[in-house]
Amino acid sequence: MKPAPFRYLAPTTMDEALDALSHYGYEAKLLAGGQSLIPTMNFRLAQPGVLIDLNRIPDFDYIEPTAEGGIRIGAMTRQRQVEQSTLIAEHVPLLTAAMPYIAHVQIRNRGTIGGSLAHADPAAELPAVISALGGMLIARGPDGERAIEVQDFYVGLFATELAPDEMLMEIELPPQAARSGFAIQEIARRHGDYALVGVAVHVEVDARGRCSHARLAYFSVGEGPVMATHAANLLVGEMPTHALIREAAEQAGKVDLDPPSDIHASAAYRRHLAQVLGRRALTEAFVRADVALG
Amino acid sequence: MEKESEFLVTFTVTVNGRQVTHTGEARLLLSDFLRHELNLTGTRVGCEHGSCGACTVLMDGQSVRSCIMLAVQSNGHELITVEGLGVSMQELHPLQTAFREKHGLQCGYCTAGFLMTLVPFLQENPHPTEVEIRTAISGNICRCTGYQNIVEAVKLAAESMSTEVSAELSATLPPHSHA
Amino acid sequence: MATRYFGKPIRRNEDPRLLTGQALFTDDVHLPGLLHVAFVRSNYAHAWIHGIDTSVAASMPGVVAIYNAEDLGDYWKPGPLLLPPPPVEGHVFHQRTQVPLAKGKVRHVGEPIVVVVAESRYLAEDAAERVVVEYEPLPAVINIEEALRADAPLIHEGLEQNLNAHLVQHKGNYEAALDAADVVIARTFRYDRGTAAAMENRGIVASWDGKSEQLTMWDTTQAPISIRNGLAGMLGLSEKQVRVIAPFIGGGFGPKIMMFYPEEVLLPWISMRLDRPVKWIEDRHENFFSTTQERGQVHEAEIALTKDGRVLGVKDVFLHDAGAYAPYGLTVPINSQCTLLGQYDIPNYYSEFHAVFTNKPIVTPYRGAGRQHGVFVMERLLDIAARELGIDRVEIRRRNFIPPEKFPYNNEIIYQDFAPLIYDSGNYAEAMDKAVQLIGYERFLQEEQPRLRAEGKHVGLGLVTYVEGTGIGPYEGAKVTVEVSGRVSVATGIGTQGQGHYTSFAQIVAEQLGVEVENVRLVTGDTAEFYWGAGTFASRGAVVAGNAIHAAAVSVRQKILRKASDEMEVAEEDLELSDGVVRVKGSPESAIPLGELAARSNPLRGAVRPGSEPGLESTDYFGPERGATASGVHAMIVEVDAETMMVEIKRYLVVHDCGVVINPMILEGQIHGGVAQGIGNAFYEQLVWDENGQLLNASFMDYLLPTSDTVPHIETDHVATPSPLNPLGIKGAGEAGAIPVGPLFAQAVEDALSEFKLEILEIPLSPNRLFELVEAARTALDVPHG
Repeated sequence: MKPAPFRYLAPTTMDEALDALSHYGYEAKLLAGGQSLIPTMNFRLAQPGVLIDLNRIPDFDYIEPTAEGGIRIGAMTRQRQVEQSTLIAEHVPLLTAAMPYIAHVQIRNRGTIGGSLAHADPAAELPAVISALGGMLIARGPDGERAIEVQDFYVGLFATELAPDEMLMEIELPPQAARSGFAIQEIARRHGDYALVGVAVHVEVDARGRCSHARLAYFSVGEGPVMATHAANLLVGEMPTHALIREAAEQAGKVDLDPPSDIHASAAYRRHLAQVLGRRALTEAFVRADVALG
Repeated sequence: MEKESEFLVTFTVTVNGRQVTHTGEARLLLSDFLRHELNLTGTRVGCEHGSCGACTVLMDGQSVRSCIMLAVQSNGHELITVEGLGVSMQELHPLQTAFREKHGLQCGYCTAGFLMTLVPFLQENPHPTEVEIRTAISGNICRCTGYQNIVEAVKLAAESMSTEVSAELSATLPPHSHA
Repeated sequence: MATRYFGKPIRRNEDPRLLTGQALFTDDVHLPGLLHVAFVRSNYAHAWIHGIDTSVAASMPGVVAIYNAEDLGDYWKPGPLLLPPPPVEGHVFHQRTQVPLAKGKVRHVGEPIVVVVAESRYLAEDAAERVVVEYEPLPAVINIEEALRADAPLIHEGLEQNLNAHLVQHKGNYEAALDAADVVIARTFRYDRGTAAAMENRGIVASWDGKSEQLTMWDTTQAPISIRNGLAGMLGLSEKQVRVIAPFIGGGFGPKIMMFYPEEVLLPWISMRLDRPVKWIEDRHENFFSTTQERGQVHEAEIALTKDGRVLGVKDVFLHDAGAYAPYGLTVPINSQCTLLGQYDIPNYYSEFHAVFTNKPIVTPYRGAGRQHGVFVMERLLDIAARELGIDRVEIRRRNFIPPEKFPYNNEIIYQDFAPLIYDSGNYAEAMDKAVQLIGYERFLQEEQPRLRAEGKHVGLGLVTYVEGTGIGPYEGAKVTVEVSGRVSVATGIGTQGQGHYTSFAQIVAEQLGVEVENVRLVTGDTAEFYWGAGTFASRGAVVAGNAIHAAAVSVRQKILRKASDEMEVAEEDLELSDGVVRVKGSPESAIPLGELAARSNPLRGAVRPGSEPGLESTDYFGPERGATASGVHAMIVEVDAETMMVEIKRYLVVHDCGVVINPMILEGQIHGGVAQGIGNAFYEQLVWDENGQLLNASFMDYLLPTSDTVPHIETDHVATPSPLNPLGIKGAGEAGAIPVGPLFAQAVEDALSEFKLEILEIPLSPNRLFELVEAARTALDVPHG
């Protein structure tokens, strides 16, 4: 399996890359980590006429604190850098916790955070994690930069809000509340496989122990990351208990999700797993937020 | 009319300490470049979709899968393949010795990929637990050994490398920059 | 017997080459002017071909030639039948074998239609993409249970139905057993397809040299000599003009012996036609369609027992999926039929099978080669019987074991080698006792399991037995030569795929000649080095080639002693071979290095005496009268997450009997690898086809091979009942690890989830399938969710 021929461009500035992108439009593909794109090209399922390699652009990989106390990550930051970043571990531990689930170290050494987010694989961890964290995606096109809320970014199967001449530049993650908790849970057949079902959870708790904020972002259950909003609404404003968590997780499975069947898992099994994982993840997250679950 | 030259690229890469400049099609996979252009056939190809790990090599000291990288992407980088690991067949790298002692290979086809995955792993984790070892190699498929003797080999290598001090490792590997 | 090398865990001779990347595999062969091949393969499982347009492809850059079936002329013919059906009365057999390129009709997805030859593989693939094949799709036969229905689409014209073979074998009188039985249990068992997935795909480099009129072919085959013989015949060449080399092979497991794969027929023909060397390396995607597969069977089985658990008889009627063509004969279903009886003394047996054609890739043996199915049926029947009769599962097995004094034990049916299925030796109770003790059977059931269950953990134990017919004929040969350097070379025709032959065979020679194992160099799989042989299959390498090598080494030892006795003027009995020299016992200064003796045996002056031969060399052969029967017990403890249906193997134990062991380290490696493949087969690997015959998981992303986190640590122990059928007492070991894992998994999972009273009658399983089974049980038993 060898890729079909293509023209190869290796711009050394973002402007050059954007110029090439607007020039070639749909004919072009951006090469970030290439860990999904090159296999697809090897199978000849993707045959881009032009490949724009972003790896020669300097200063495209960075992890920095924002003035507000959040984190911003350059789109070309390798997943392995994210995994090993102490800054991220400190500010957004959910992201750190999620990284080992992503394929294997050889893949994370090449794969980029921006590449994974823009690829929009519904089974991928990162889109769900960024969704749970309420991240912001910064895109740039011929008309300049714009910020896209993560909930607006994913618009369908392998589809994002990015225009053909736009490029993902940066991911911005908001600061975490004083009392918050997180968890990521997934069921994969083997270590590093795409999950049959997975969920990333972020919760915040007020001073009295009430859930003030909850986000459950599922993956491998739909066309993109799927937010369990019914489940979250059940939790917000309430004192978390095992019973409430169980109820919320059931709602997630029954109401929020409409998972597909495929050769690895039926819809019924996915729905069931979503409930189990939702319960486990919420429990873990609230415990992390120092909630004594009744 | 497209000119053939628009599909060609020239790049320079250091492989096992030797600098190589190559001109060819941009679509040439790194695995094919190593195997068929440089005749470094010790790097083997098992799936060509990045799922088996057999083609793992080091780029700037990090394990990468050469079947899902374009050769041109190695431009300006340093690669190490299994041929660059030990000194010779008589003078093996401690990891290679451990694989032999513990029978960590049968047909040997996947072996280079395991070795090249494990070199940076052992640098970062000189005293790994069994679970850490099994996780580290979970992206490499071996169809012959059932992994048990590979795990034993890694334990032995960790032991022998920590007693021989990691100087041994740096001595046998050409210097490289950590990106 | 005190040994120096034989039976020792000696590290492997081949490893330095493999570990440093210096070993030559087929795709490593580079020749000047090498051309590359890509195939256009069928997109349909079943279709008429109405037209092939290669005009655009032919004009693509770098394209040298394109051929379809018509271009092959008289060279196009269906492949040979590797093995005829066995001499069993009343059998039906319809021969339909694969063709080099499809002509008129395609019968499975991936069947080759057009071959493109170009200056690189990249260019060949570019052109192959532009070949247009006009198909008329036909309904496909995918489910074997529908293959023989009256309304099933007909795969092979000229046949009345999709029947490849029908064969009945029996022992005693099952009907009589039924009459005498207290209990009869009948079930339907299903076992689905997987693929061997050797890490190295197949590949061929063919090079015709017109000036010397020699064809050289590197081929990832397990049977180079048979390939050479067949090729010579097809190409109209003398066997001496054809050299087939099976270099280092990256795993075989069975499917690398098929005779002939279309590519093996085409590549040499293309090289001769173009007078240039040509290479084809199968890619992983192709491997899922063009390399043979195994395992689809459906069994309707019945067991008749007394109320104290004594088996009176077994009846088994099954369907076997042969795939689109059946070039290998009936080895797989006969293995199923002959392995079912297992370790048990069963007086009455009726076994009938229909092998059917389907629109799926060809089925040939893959590690286990049909034995899995038989073991699955029998072990499951015993488990169900044990449950119904209230007998412990170990106890019901013990009650039915063939006792040691009954060996050789005649099963009164015919095995895959067409010899009577007679077990040579065994001690089944001893292995069972060991397994029961090592896994802590009683303690687990009485203490640990209740304690863990009380903690809400779903833990279960499985324990099953099996036999494996190994080491069948016809024969292998070997030539052992002491070189002037003092090194010893061994040549055999068998081929090797990672089993450690470079070492284990060297140990056999080293033992006889008193040289270091490292100084014995094996050449295997090169027809220029050894002319005769069959191949590596059926767990026969160590048994058959091993004994041939032993015979040759013994002959060379005798020559050494005779020559040294002459030279040193001492009696042969007073000489010993050690440290690479021959010397008078107790007199180290008398030593003559073997290399020097070899030189003296091939003098520049003086004649070789009548009746003697120059050199210290011997060629010998070994052919067993029938196969040796290995056996064993596997046991495991699992924990099932009853919410997610994920299964974790907590312990895995193998107690194995393969007779005398050459190298225990290599043997354990074979067992580990076999178990890993068995675990894959039982719980991870399954080829999933849609109703049109499209494979839905043709990649390593979706076809789940076991990884380091899914295969547990495997504990091993051994029992040794030497085989009386060969001088070394060896039984084969290559497949044993893989054979009994299906029923083991089923039993252990049932035990772990005992509150659901599952009856698992199928393999492979998966968490998804377990969820379905448990949900059905919940409904039936009215068990609510946690």
